Amino acid sequence: MTFDFSNMGVKLLLEKAHVEGIRRFEVYRREGGYNTAEKAIKTMGPEAIVEEVKKSGLRGRGGAGFPAGMKWSFLAKPDGVPRHLVCNADESEPGTFKDRYLMEFLPHLFIEGLLISSFALGSNATYIYIRGEYAWIAEILETAIAEARSQGFLGKNILGSGFDCEIYVHRGAGAYICGEETALIESLEGKRGNPRIKPPFPAIQGVWMRPTVVNNVETIAAVVPIINMGGEEYAKIGVGKSTGTKLMSACGNINKPGVYEIDMTISVEEFIFSDEYCGGIANGKRLKACIPGGSSVPILPANLLLKTAKGETRYMNYESLSDGGFATGSMMGSGGFIVLDEDQCVVKNTLTFARFYRHESCGQCSPCREGTGWMEKILKNIEYGNGKMSDIDLLWDIQRKIEGNTICPLGDAAAWPVAAAIRHFRDEFEWHVLNPDESQKRNYGLAHYADPVHVPVG
Amino acid sequence: MAKFSDDILAKVQEIISHYPEGKQKSALLPVLHVAQDASGGWLSSDTMDYVAELLQIKPIEVYEVATFYSMYNLKPVGRYMFEVCQTGPCMLRGCDDIIAYIGQKLGIKPGETTADGLFTLKTVECLGACGYAPMMQLGKTYREHLTKEKVDSIIDECRKNAAVNN
Repeated sequence: MTFDFSNMGVKLLLEKAHVEGIRRFEVYRREGGYNTAEKAIKTMGPEAIVEEVKKSGLRGRGGAGFPAGMKWSFLAKPDGVPRHLVCNADESEPGTFKDRYLMEFLPHLFIEGLLISSFALGSNATYIYIRGEYAWIAEILETAIAEARSQGFLGKNILGSGFDCEIYVHRGAGAYICGEETALIESLEGKRGNPRIKPPFPAIQGVWMRPTVVNNVETIAAVVPIINMGGEEYAKIGVGKSTGTKLMSACGNINKPGVYEIDMTISVEEFIFSDEYCGGIANGKRLKACIPGGSSVPILPANLLLKTAKGETRYMNYESLSDGGFATGSMMGSGGFIVLDEDQCVVKNTLTFARFYRHESCGQCSPCREGTGWMEKILKNIEYGNGKMSDIDLLWDIQRKIEGNTICPLGDAAAWPVAAAIRHFRDEFEWHVLNPDESQKRNYGLAHYADPVHVPVG
Repeated sequence: MAKFSDDILAKVQEIISHYPEGKQKSALLPVLHVAQDASGGWLSSDTMDYVAELLQIKPIEVYEVATFYSMYNLKPVGRYMFEVCQTGPCMLRGCDDIIAYIGQKLGIKPGETTADGLFTLKTVECLGACGYAPMMQLGKTYREHLTKEKVDSIIDECRKNAAVNN
């Protein structure tokens, strides 16, 4: 098998998404599906699979970007204790809808990835924790699991290997926090989604106190092309530590919202403006701002989004999106790419996020439980013309006191969008405070947010 | 006390079988979904006590879970619940207008149910359909790319449905 990497549009996950009937086992199989699982189970041992995933450089696609192979290698293997793979399909970060697409249109690719990963980790009972609202997708997955089972790819003694594996779909019930892996585990045990204090990490004590690996849907699906082509070949796609392809879910004020598979060498500008991807800003408007990796990552004004503070082109990969740190950069996060046009209000947008995090805080840690509520109230005052200048500093102070002071990253996730909005759009907040009446009739507009950034010489 | 039919009890047993022996509490979230579907779309304390009995756990263990997750309704709701997303990406695509329009059309505010018990309007946080905004959840489906015309036809569809299945 040969691969042509000169083609920019390399598709490893979504290549077959539009094949008629690909949701059904026989069509997926006819298209070469489950060949990789056969290869893995019949010709490779679990250690060899883990090794390939390590070599691939695959980074967790849920948001944190932690190397997947390394996470797998931490899994404890005490004698006589069952281990579990749990797939995080709780996709709830605003702006993110890529896993849904993968599960809905390519359920068998996902199941094949789960099978290979379960074999590699020694999980005889694997769980898909899917957000409760994706009810129809849970049904699609259950159908696909039943098909795979009837064809001998799940159940007892798979392909004569002696390996048994069942996959169960477990529906959540509406709680963003359950995307955090220890909250997800608590929820899978039938409890409130309160994150656990780490350590111990799930790799040592996870679900039912057994060693557990929690991986995102896209991470699991990527295991199929990695095993198919080999980790080294996979690592040649992309750039630096951003190997392979990444699913981006693009939304907001663009012409073509949707899910796109990119190899991480394209520029942000190309992603937004080329017809292959977002197709430019809708209704002939101009780009004002963007949150490139889901609601919790820092918002950037147009000028810092397209170019780094050093004046270099910004690319769609982990390193380039975070170039400049939080001062002038952002993050790849979950790949939830939210675009704001010139008519949008950054204060309003930040308010909806603050409301979201207040709603989703589990309430365990006071900085998050109380702080998210205060931030929402203050932002509401500013947005609706009742703000004071001192409120902006107060907001800054509150987010600083949440960040780093909570058990789980929800606190940081709630703090960062507020911090970045003030950092880059402070004059829009001030304009709201100084023009309480006018701000109820019109928005601040594009202002200077797309002007070229001054690059210091030397 | 509430009682499930044999079919539903079999479904509950099947769900319990997904988890290791003695870990039947893990079935709580999925079983509460089943219980809610079988009880007119909400969970009364009787229903929750019954679920506790089925799973051999304490009633408080069910209450603390039912009150934590947003999909469990602890009060009766309309037959058709419009759960409209209001988070950032949907806001950018005009969900505020859609929420106001539904409210005006049905004569209710978010959180309220129409007098005939047919419709409940609820604003919710991100449902993972940001690229297809504005959107709402209606039962087990998503209705996406909402416009005023689409809202009209969804309301008509529900009314017709209710008339046929009365």
